[in-house]
Amino acid sequence: MRHSGGYSADPRIRWPEWLPWLVALAGFFLLPDYLSLGARILIYVLYALSLDLILGYAGIITLGHSAYFGLGAYVAGILAAKAGVSDPLVQLAAAAAAGALLGIITGAIILRTKGLTLLMLTLAITSVLLEIANKADNLTGGADGLSGVVVAPVLGMFKFDIFGKTAFLYCLAVLFIGWWAVRRIIYSPFGASLTGTRENSLRMHAIGAPVYWRMVLVYTVSATIAGIAGGLNTQTNQFVGLNVLSFESAGELLVMLILGGVGRIYGAFVGPVFYLIAQDYLAKQFPEYWYLGIGTMLVLVVMFARGGILGIVDAVLARIAKRS
Amino acid sequence: MESLVPSIVSVAFHGAALGMVLYVISVGLSVTLGLMGFANLAHGVFAMAGGYILTTAISRFGVPFPLALALAFVGVAVGSVFLERLLYSRLYTASDLEQVLFTIGLIFIAVAVARFIYGTLQQPVVLPRYLTGQFSLLGRDFPTYRVFIIVFSAAIVALLWFGVERTRWGAMVRAAVDNRAMAQSIGINTKRLFTLTFALGSGLAGLGGALGAEIIAIQPTYPFENLVYFLVVVSVGGLGSLRGPFVAALIIGVADTACKYWLPQFGAFPIYLATIGVLLWRPMGLFGRRV
Amino acid sequence: MSDTHIALETANLCKTFGALTVADDINFRLAAGARHALIGPNGAGKTTFVNMLTGVLSPSSGRIMLSGEDVTAIPQAARVKRGLGRTFQINALFRQLPVLDNVALAVAERRGVARRMWRAASAHRDVRDESMELLVTLGIAEDAHQRILDLPYGKQRLVEIAIALGLKPKVLLLDEPAAGVPSLESGRILHVLDNLPRDIAILIIEHDMDLVFRFAQRITVLVQGEILVEGTPEEIGKDRRVHQVYLGEQRHV
Repeated sequence: MRHSGGYSADPRIRWPEWLPWLVALAGFFLLPDYLSLGARILIYVLYALSLDLILGYAGIITLGHSAYFGLGAYVAGILAAKAGVSDPLVQLAAAAAAGALLGIITGAIILRTKGLTLLMLTLAITSVLLEIANKADNLTGGADGLSGVVVAPVLGMFKFDIFGKTAFLYCLAVLFIGWWAVRRIIYSPFGASLTGTRENSLRMHAIGAPVYWRMVLVYTVSATIAGIAGGLNTQTNQFVGLNVLSFESAGELLVMLILGGVGRIYGAFVGPVFYLIAQDYLAKQFPEYWYLGIGTMLVLVVMFARGGILGIVDAVLARIAKRS
Repeated sequence: MESLVPSIVSVAFHGAALGMVLYVISVGLSVTLGLMGFANLAHGVFAMAGGYILTTAISRFGVPFPLALALAFVGVAVGSVFLERLLYSRLYTASDLEQVLFTIGLIFIAVAVARFIYGTLQQPVVLPRYLTGQFSLLGRDFPTYRVFIIVFSAAIVALLWFGVERTRWGAMVRAAVDNRAMAQSIGINTKRLFTLTFALGSGLAGLGGALGAEIIAIQPTYPFENLVYFLVVVSVGGLGSLRGPFVAALIIGVADTACKYWLPQFGAFPIYLATIGVLLWRPMGLFGRRV
Repeated sequence: MSDTHIALETANLCKTFGALTVADDINFRLAAGARHALIGPNGAGKTTFVNMLTGVLSPSSGRIMLSGEDVTAIPQAARVKRGLGRTFQINALFRQLPVLDNVALAVAERRGVARRMWRAASAHRDVRDESMELLVTLGIAEDAHQRILDLPYGKQRLVEIAIALGLKPKVLLLDEPAAGVPSLESGRILHVLDNLPRDIAILIIEHDMDLVFRFAQRITVLVQGEILVEGTPEEIGKDRRVHQVYLGEQRHV
């Protein structure tokens, strides 16, 4: 079902919503060889959730969300590799703060525009960051990336092991908190006003809503979460490179979210799971066909299945309900 | 250390060449946006296709350069007609998000196909003998090919502007850009107009891509790498405008060349900042009308 | 006028688009608690006028005062906070959302609750209850959980009014509330209009003359951006110039 929030919605957590967590824990115990892929999925779910907040709920179309992910990733990396800050929670807090700061500054600037101009500005901002990351290579490692990222044990107790167990559970915990926060926001009055703005911005102005400031606020929250996801990415890979800021990866995130279904929370779960697992298997076997497949799928989704996987599931369930 | 004036002239010259190429490629995008309200982010695919047609025709089939250029234009234009009729036209009324997603999907497909056929390396451009070397003008030597680019593009631009101002087609385009519903109600067949204009814009992109293959390298990631430039030209110049992107393209061409020459440690960074500045000051572009 | 309080007023309000003047030196006053109608032929500039009053459009010159305060430079949302509400000629509703949510969004904004990010929206009983009350008053309570796009047009128009009422405005601008509503359903709207709270100043734009003469205590006639004449329904009904404007229009049709 769609979690659209609002004043008529029931905000209590339904039992199917616990499934993703059970699946994650099951994966932890049953598939110990795939924990690094698992951590990657968890990070991208968090990243996709942050994008869904602004894209699916607030209706802000952006191709530059990687700016905040990338900034968070680099801030965590630079702190770890260059400034000797090895505590993971401090690194993560810094990544969050960086995301928030960039989010509020850029949001306040670009959300005065809309449509293609807004899209263009999101691209321009990411391009600026890419150039900086590329050129300031004594800080960022430039095109070679930044290795030597040191991550101390979490809370002084849980050391990051080579099997990726700690990393996985660490990401899971962060994702859990992030998910819980996003869900609360969506069901709150603020979340209802986001939906209202997406549905009919004219009307929101006419009922006295300070639309611009609300957009800036949700954009900042989203950028913060994306920054956290970026920080996690650096910590689990112990490396950060230019690809965190690339347009290709921003496009991939968009694909993941659309694949799962926008504006419904769990699309951000389903999408990355399908995409990253498929990519892990198929891209290795048939690399040329991977992008072809993704592109074709995107075109087909837009033309025939706008709600993504969960949209199809909804439609099927509705058909079944009609029959019985 | 080179004295300033010659290097300024050189930068201006190379910048103008780049700017002309950018304009020829991007003008189609501007018109499509103004005419159909469709944000075709995959526009770079057409430029790339033109570049591949040119290099393949010359390297593999020994086609003479002028013919190869013409092939680039015609081939991409015809191909785009199929794309427009089959896919694009279904999405004219779709939401912004869907249009963006669709065109990104097209980019992914094009990148994959290009990589599959041509591999990941840049396509080498083999120019005909008469276009290589230096060209003497006012006591200075300029690369002949760049001179050719500027002159040829200027001719195309003049032809295009003349066509839009003087022909019936041009009048219909201007009317429809101004007010689509009104144009329809006075009997303009907007469907055919769209297809024709789309083909022309895409053909020009192909031609620009082919023409500029030496300056903007033809490789599979072309549509991603250069998307920002094309969008900057159009959004700074003004959607739906013809002159605006011309000015914008020249400014960006010169600015980009200047930055890469004098401030190489910054790369294209100043361009992006300037774009942000311009768009905040004038969200509809320097010459744009309210969309 | 023997009024104590002017709820809404414009002074020398003008609007030009290039060479085209759509509003020419409009001096308009809306008394507190008024039942005032604005009429005029198509293209007279009525909607432009309303858009300037609400802040959607900024005037070329002139001033707008809301309860004595100059609001000319104040944006739309801020004017709403100061008590100016409107309905749209073409429904501007949240079509995918249920009726209750449509009204609740407005009520929540007014109550200052809408910016809260923590407690669930549906847990805000006060907002829900007030919204339901409004729906009851307008007689559409049974449709509270229906989506707008599943409702007949007449009921949608009522939701449009409910949203405006949820803002507890001091001044209410109704832009053709009965427009497009089949005559079968318009009775409900008329009933609602008759029973609107007496302390709200209401300006209604309408083409339906029956509705205007039944509802309005005062009528302003706008022609080509200028106020032609203003007065009570009887005065307007007898005015030759008004007849000419409307009859003249009919002759062309």
